[in-house]
Amino acid sequence: MSESASFQISTFRRGVHPDEYKNLTCQHPSRPLQLPDEVFIPLQQHIGAPCEALVQKGDQVKTGQKIGDSPAHVSSPIHASITGTVAAVADFPHPLGGKVPMIHIKQDGEQDVWEILSIPDNWETSSKEELAKLVREAGIVGLGGAAFPTHVKLAPPVHKPIDHFILNGCECEPFLTCDHRNMLEQTDRILTGMAIKMKILGVEKGIVGIEVNKADAIAAMEARVKVLHLNFKIQPLKVKYPQGAEKMLIDAALGRKVPAGGLPMDVGVVVNNVATALAVYEAVVEGKPLIQRMLTVTGDAIQSPTNLIARMGTPFQVCVDACGGLKDETSQVFMGGPMMGLVQYDLQVPILKATSGIVCLQSSQLKNTRHYPCIQCGTCVSVCPMNLVPTRLSRLAETGKYEDCQNWGIFNCIECGSCAFVCPSSIPLVQWIRVGKVKSAEQQQKLKTRA
Amino acid sequence: MTEKNPAQSQPEQTETTGKSEKKALKPKKDPRAKLYTPEIPLILASSPHFHTRDTVPRIMWNVIAALVPTTVLALVYFQWAAVGIILTSVSSALIAEMLVNKIKGEALTLLDGSALITGLLLALTLPPSFSLGGTALGSVFAIVVGKHFFGGLGYNVFNPALLGRAFLQASFPVPMTTWSWPLTARYADVDGITAATPLGLFKFEHVTSELSGLLTGNISGSLGETSAIAILAGGLYLLVRKYADWRIPSSFLLSVFIVSGIFWFISPETYPTPVFQVLSGGLMLGAFFMATDMVTSPVTARGAWIFGTGAGFILVMIRLFGGLPEGVMYSILLMNAFTPLINRYTRPAFFGEIPA
Repeated sequence: MSESASFQISTFRRGVHPDEYKNLTCQHPSRPLQLPDEVFIPLQQHIGAPCEALVQKGDQVKTGQKIGDSPAHVSSPIHASITGTVAAVADFPHPLGGKVPMIHIKQDGEQDVWEILSIPDNWETSSKEELAKLVREAGIVGLGGAAFPTHVKLAPPVHKPIDHFILNGCECEPFLTCDHRNMLEQTDRILTGMAIKMKILGVEKGIVGIEVNKADAIAAMEARVKVLHLNFKIQPLKVKYPQGAEKMLIDAALGRKVPAGGLPMDVGVVVNNVATALAVYEAVVEGKPLIQRMLTVTGDAIQSPTNLIARMGTPFQVCVDACGGLKDETSQVFMGGPMMGLVQYDLQVPILKATSGIVCLQSSQLKNTRHYPCIQCGTCVSVCPMNLVPTRLSRLAETGKYEDCQNWGIFNCIECGSCAFVCPSSIPLVQWIRVGKVKSAEQQQKLKTRA
Repeated sequence: MTEKNPAQSQPEQTETTGKSEKKALKPKKDPRAKLYTPEIPLILASSPHFHTRDTVPRIMWNVIAALVPTTVLALVYFQWAAVGIILTSVSSALIAEMLVNKIKGEALTLLDGSALITGLLLALTLPPSFSLGGTALGSVFAIVVGKHFFGGLGYNVFNPALLGRAFLQASFPVPMTTWSWPLTARYADVDGITAATPLGLFKFEHVTSELSGLLTGNISGSLGETSAIAILAGGLYLLVRKYADWRIPSSFLLSVFIVSGIFWFISPETYPTPVFQVLSGGLMLGAFFMATDMVTSPVTARGAWIFGTGAGFILVMIRLFGGLPEGVMYSILLMNAFTPLINRYTRPAFFGEIPA
């Protein structure tokens, strides 16, 4: 394989192709959202142990000041995203439903006083450990949606050698274009961020995976890679959902299959999102902790869909209002894309580190759907990227056969939604599989405690 | 999975006026309403929130559309006999379906097209001279026993139309094996009206038939099993639209061709040619429209190959060594019985599964 850009378009097996709706926002440049009056910062915005608050009601905080941390290894600190006073440390509505502990900061005055991290003069001469520590201090987690602490990902155990780093620029969900705009507007910074990450990992081979519906991004990345003298390979990928899922991306880019129940490091690969690379650059070169991100506010129920650069913890309502507000007849709002997004009932919830988009739809594709029994058509089997049999898994979950669920691979399901997307009977396959996973895990737990 | 926001009842209430407001029952206070009161009621559902436009009725109506060429030719060749049988079968199926819906107390399922397909397919497997009463009986049996006794759409083990035909074959063996020439052929030099099918001719009288007749349909047989080209046109449409798994007709026809080819190769005088085997009888109709019935065929790719191959093998055995000249119905019904087992044992390996 040559090190320069490959023009062969790769893909993975199965998957689906929903309508893209990207032209609502991908042509226009992103714009920064003006500072919100108040922000709500949850104490847990990442996979791992939740943070403990380091501030209390009444404290004055600066932008970028650390306000929560945890001694656990798999965790990530949180920072204040605006300058102001802590109004409360209490439970507030969260996009995942219910209420969780959050730090509520209110702005006093129009200031934006930053507290930046102490950074090396030249990252290229710093050690791996120094850079990794900086990544942790900046509170960087995976911005593709999973929010896994990046410094943990960049320090895999010694017995799992890594030889490739893949940058995920696929953005396979419909409607979302923030990664696309980031690749066009922050090309150099993203590529430098990728180089920093590869230095921390000690890896020489880097691949950037981009779907071919972002031809301008592919061209921009290829051009800048040459100018910056980096030997990254830009891999164009067929437009298919869920190309952006880690396992599918590694399969398409390198032909390696992550073992069932395993992680990308098991096949010598680490995958990260382009926005995460940008955040790493900003932390290491500019000393900025992760306190803002780009997200796509879009959908046919938004007056003027745009990509906004917003501070963490900004309420959804503020972002939506900045894009002209909701039209009457809005039927659904979700965080993320339409295939895996979480529905929202309250627009007061804050933006998390994992929020890549707010999609507001007028015409729900789910209204007035008549449900039929499973007609064994097998379409779900033919699209499942993980090679599962969704119809059987859903039926096993429905009838309480949780041991069989495990045998049929329910824990391999990545909940991408391809199966329910195609089901002609409109069976809620993913929802049943989710129920099945929870119940199977409970049953496994019961058996363990009994033994 | 879709539930209206509980606070939605509040905006609706403000629209009622005067007397009706007093009469209208106040909705119970939902304890969750304390948490939030959004201005706009939003639909809450589990992801995914997008869906293709395929629905069960859409699939069924596409199958019916694919059967149109064959049905038209049946009407052309057998005229009033075909009209009578097709109308009786379809209307009996629909009426039976409606009655079962009423008895079960469920919503009418007529519009999903599945009862219509069963009625139409059954009609296409019947001889043109079959009685209308028998047709109605078979159609009702197919719907009530073949489909609803097993639990309704999606739960039946056997192809309902074929089960209906098997019932009629057992109950009325002679009328079910009395064939006639198409009416168009009558204007040619043909003696009499009743005649054996090409398969029957070969098996019992060792007379071969012209292949062109098999392709265009100008031969005796059941209503639908005459023209291979018409069936192929509809069948290929379904394969392209992915409403039928291409592996089933491919493996079915291929295994018939290969197995019968082996026998023909060993003894060309005793056995018919593989091309004849593939084009004659109900195989084309069975391979493209009966074996591919989604509910009764396997869900996995490997399962589909096993299903088609098994059906082909059984078919050739019945045709060459069984008592009847035709066996598509039985070969498919027998493989239908294997489908649940095939589904269980052809679980595909998960992505990244390490073989034990």
